[in-house]
Amino acid sequence: MSDLRELYQQVILDHNRSPRNFRSMSNADCTSQGHNPLCGDHLNLYVKLDGARITDIAFQGAGCAISKASASLMTDAVKGRTLQEAQSLFGKFRDLVTSDVSTEPVTDGIGKLAVFAGVREFPVRIKCATLAWHTLVAALKNREFPVTTE
Amino acid sequence: MSLAAHPLAERLSCPLIERTGPFDPYHIRRDFPVLSQSIRGKPLVYLDNAATTQKPRDVLDVLEVFYEAANANVHRGVHHLSQIATDSFEGARSKVRQFLNASHDREIIFTSGTTDSINLVAQTFGRKNVETGDEILVSAMEHHSNIVPWQMLCEEKGAKLRVIPINDRGELLIDEVERRLNERTKLVAVVHVSNVLGTLNPVATIVEMAHERGIPVLLDGAQAVPHFKVDVQALGCDFYAFSGHKLYGPTGIGVLYGKSELLDSMPPYRGGGGMIREVSLEKTTYADPPARFEAGTPHIAGCIGLGAAVDYLDRIDLESAAAYENDLLAYATDALSEISGLRIIGTAEEKVSVISFVMDGVHPHDVGTVVDQHGVAVRAGHHCAQPVMRHFNIPATTRAATAFYNTREDIDTLVRALLAANEVFH
Repeated sequence: MSDLRELYQQVILDHNRSPRNFRSMSNADCTSQGHNPLCGDHLNLYVKLDGARITDIAFQGAGCAISKASASLMTDAVKGRTLQEAQSLFGKFRDLVTSDVSTEPVTDGIGKLAVFAGVREFPVRIKCATLAWHTLVAALKNREFPVTTE
Repeated sequence: MSLAAHPLAERLSCPLIERTGPFDPYHIRRDFPVLSQSIRGKPLVYLDNAATTQKPRDVLDVLEVFYEAANANVHRGVHHLSQIATDSFEGARSKVRQFLNASHDREIIFTSGTTDSINLVAQTFGRKNVETGDEILVSAMEHHSNIVPWQMLCEEKGAKLRVIPINDRGELLIDEVERRLNERTKLVAVVHVSNVLGTLNPVATIVEMAHERGIPVLLDGAQAVPHFKVDVQALGCDFYAFSGHKLYGPTGIGVLYGKSELLDSMPPYRGGGGMIREVSLEKTTYADPPARFEAGTPHIAGCIGLGAAVDYLDRIDLESAAAYENDLLAYATDALSEISGLRIIGTAEEKVSVISFVMDGVHPHDVGTVVDQHGVAVRAGHHCAQPVMRHFNIPATTRAATAFYNTREDIDTLVRALLAANEVFH
């Protein structure tokens, strides 16, 4: 059961129970809808920009603990960051959750997002962890934020 | 030329496992090799039977024997192996005919599965008979495979898809059927047993209502045939569709039963080899059913494997198995209801052992991951029935569906695993 504790870390359970920035935003500059047809998870993402900087970000939706906590932690992590910084963070996050389990997880510079290292042990749950990030990419796709497919 | 000509080929048609005495799930389990393994160090508890069932040794053996000893293409072959393959293939058709109690072998069409069977009816019967302004009646508890083919047809023809609503127990509002039948209704297509709710629908009554107006009825029996004996003549339905892999047989094989007089009047499904009477470069005439609807080389091994599955079900006595499963359903329903925060979705008076549920504060996907750590296989999601999810205003459910090889111990393990899930999230 140790893998399970690794997956459902206290931080993740906490963000699942009380997600941060969990609200709609009427004056958002960009919005996008994320959807995982596999499990029916869906979320609406709202982003407020000041030039190339994310000044506010919020989400609403329904999903599993991993997708909800990931969305919540992502909003905390990118708020106040530039688009460039957010993109770099997504790269590191994606590399972490998709890295080989036989290697040491690389968590430098991603702060609290490191709690998602346990997702590596559960390949079918990777999409839950990355849904919010892909939705962010889609929301910003016309804002000089390159779209990545995987 | 007889099957006995080859010592292995003989086994294509002969029962491998003899069974006598009363129904015993602990004995039955030994016929299913996959069930004896451990998952993550725990004995496998397989409760994902509504997605696909496990295969008895008989079916596995027959597949191997066919490819080892009798592999050849069917029909028109004059050589020995082709004869064996053809006899075994057509023998499987007879077995399925008996299994459904259809009148004639020619009423049994082999398809790739329930989805294919329904698409066949939509593309042949549907395209021929449905016109602008016509209606097709389905229910609010259909699997996507009994919605989308009709929507596609309606879009093409300018026809309308109408829906029989359901109540909060997950039962069809039978009084609403009458109200939705009219002179524009060209077909009623309803599910026999819901893959999400487990509801056993009063399909004989629906058939009667439709037939009073001369409207044919298709039944999606994918979740019915694995649980109880189905008699298409007693039901009176015009079409009946099911999948082999949910009936302890191989994947990639399915069946469409159709009444002779309807099949005879229907145009071909796909064009190609095997479905013709005569071809010239100017004109082609088509074979009689079932060949008319079976273009191309069929899934021969799959058909023979399905025949073996049907044989197996005959020998274990599906009626005793159904009674046992009903007991198991009652036991599981009671046990799950004891779990705090758990709500069963689908509480119909008449239902089979398919149990969907939601848990307060634990998403079905997380439930699935936690119970998997206990060796328990369940399904989490919308189960290809998003309209059902919408009716109950939930994004997804966890679904535990038993087969006759499941035991009360399996249910006990599921309950322990669900309590563990509650512990993680509360």
